[in-house]
Amino acid sequence: MKVLVAVKRVVDASVQVRVKADKTAVDLANVKMSMNPFCEIAVEEAIRLKESGIAEEVIVVSAGEDACQEQLRAGLALGADRAIHIQSDAELQPLAVAKLLHKVVDQENIGLVILGKQSIDGDNNQTGQMLAALAGMPQGTFASNVVIENGEAVVTREVDGGLQQIGLKLPAVVTTDLRLNEPRYASLPNIMKAKRKPVAQITAEELGVDVAPRLSTLEVNDPPARASGKRVGSVVELIDALKVEGVL
Amino acid sequence: MSILVIAEHDNNQLKSATANTVAAAQKLSALMGSSVDLAVLGQDCQSVVTQASSVEGIDNVLVADSAAVAHQLPENLAPFLADLVQQKAITHVLFCSTAQGKNVAPRVAALLDVAQISEVTDIIDEATFIRPTYAGNALAKVKTSDPIKVLTIRSTAFDGVDMTSGAASVVALSDVKDQELSRFITESVVESDRPELTSARVVISGGRGMQNGENFSLLESVADKIGAAVGASRAAVDAGYVSNDMQVGQTGKIVAPDLYIAVGISGAIQHLAGMKESKVIVAINNDEEAPIFNVADLSLHADLFEALPELEKTL
Repeated sequence: MKVLVAVKRVVDASVQVRVKADKTAVDLANVKMSMNPFCEIAVEEAIRLKESGIAEEVIVVSAGEDACQEQLRAGLALGADRAIHIQSDAELQPLAVAKLLHKVVDQENIGLVILGKQSIDGDNNQTGQMLAALAGMPQGTFASNVVIENGEAVVTREVDGGLQQIGLKLPAVVTTDLRLNEPRYASLPNIMKAKRKPVAQITAEELGVDVAPRLSTLEVNDPPARASGKRVGSVVELIDALKVEGVL
Repeated sequence: MSILVIAEHDNNQLKSATANTVAAAQKLSALMGSSVDLAVLGQDCQSVVTQASSVEGIDNVLVADSAAVAHQLPENLAPFLADLVQQKAITHVLFCSTAQGKNVAPRVAALLDVAQISEVTDIIDEATFIRPTYAGNALAKVKTSDPIKVLTIRSTAFDGVDMTSGAASVVALSDVKDQELSRFITESVVESDRPELTSARVVISGGRGMQNGENFSLLESVADKIGAAVGASRAAVDAGYVSNDMQVGQTGKIVAPDLYIAVGISGAIQHLAGMKESKVIVAINNDEEAPIFNVADLSLHADLFEALPELEKTL
């Protein structure tokens, strides 16, 4: 079975993002970029499937500008076999990314697609579900455990208040939640090896996908600032203050 | 133009998040002058239908009672809803921003070839919405060019409508087809007397300052006294004190309770992103310089191992 993992280049989780003064966007100049944390978990899961002999090949794919090849190399260093870069300088929204991935899924005859449940920039939590809809595949979102057996993916999902277990006919789409696994770090020899692994490039136009954004961002604002707080000197004083606030 | 809200339920009980989503629908309806229907899709869900018909401001409760949607499988729900939207010329489909809503809404949107707008916190006009990005560090005002709007509504951003004063008509829909792509196996709902982290009115969380997992029992005793949920910072999870599902933060759970008590949490950006929408934030920390004090409404500079037992005793 071939496993496809979609990875996204995002602002590193440790960066405090700031809204630009002209309120058009978040300022991304000179900030550290990384692989989206949920995508790291997706790569790890695919590599484990390969190590256990279930996956024959792991392909990482990313859509976006040339810089996202850095994240593809990171995926290769973690153990993916090859990478596909879907080149586009447009603002790619989830529906467009899902359409691009759908083309790759068809071309490569993929048995399982693993994606992060959401990216920590757009926070949309949509691409996996949209891809599953377009490809006519079942979906196991917010996965905390995945077992492949008897032509089925048995996925344990993190739902509100507990866990749900479902069985999905293959091919299927899985999106990762935090508890699925702990991603490994790439070793130096593997980082070196990754430089020689193939990265194929294709454009959104060549895939025949209209990636025009459906949503336009009119304005980006800072969240309302919090009023400055108050120091309390003791637990008793704290409880009194909470009673005044009406939250106890 | 018409608005459809998808009810959140477990075939037995209508979940309160539905009332918040209906409130968002009412706001749209006031702008557009259109009706609001509520869809209940499930199996043997008559009690939910009864509750749904009492929700304030609903015109019709649309009911599909089918085995195929007994467990809300998105593979069966999405094509059914996409057809319904087209048949009834629905322009706005609103889901709750819950695990359930987030699972289904994008699948419906993709089948309709429209964008989906996630975690809407405000409605400007029939096509323009506010939504948080970067874990709430930036609020984007987005406008969609699509004819059908599929939204998930962040429940903490809208005060729920009354769930007892309505008198909607009940309309039966056709059977839902089983697409035979997926099957439900089992569900384990955590048996806890404590409320769920994401919907709790009060959350008390511990960080690296807790020093080990056993010490979380100090938080739990306070939590049980005030009916709070217990959370943790990523530092506490990474250190192995508690399991990952307790993590509040950018890559964990986003919470917005009335009261958030951060104990022994320094206040990394990662963590703040997950809780700074809370109404009142309390920080208890022995480090005077901890960044958590910059966002806290009430700051107590104290040793948590003294403060927590005292808190439990005094409450």
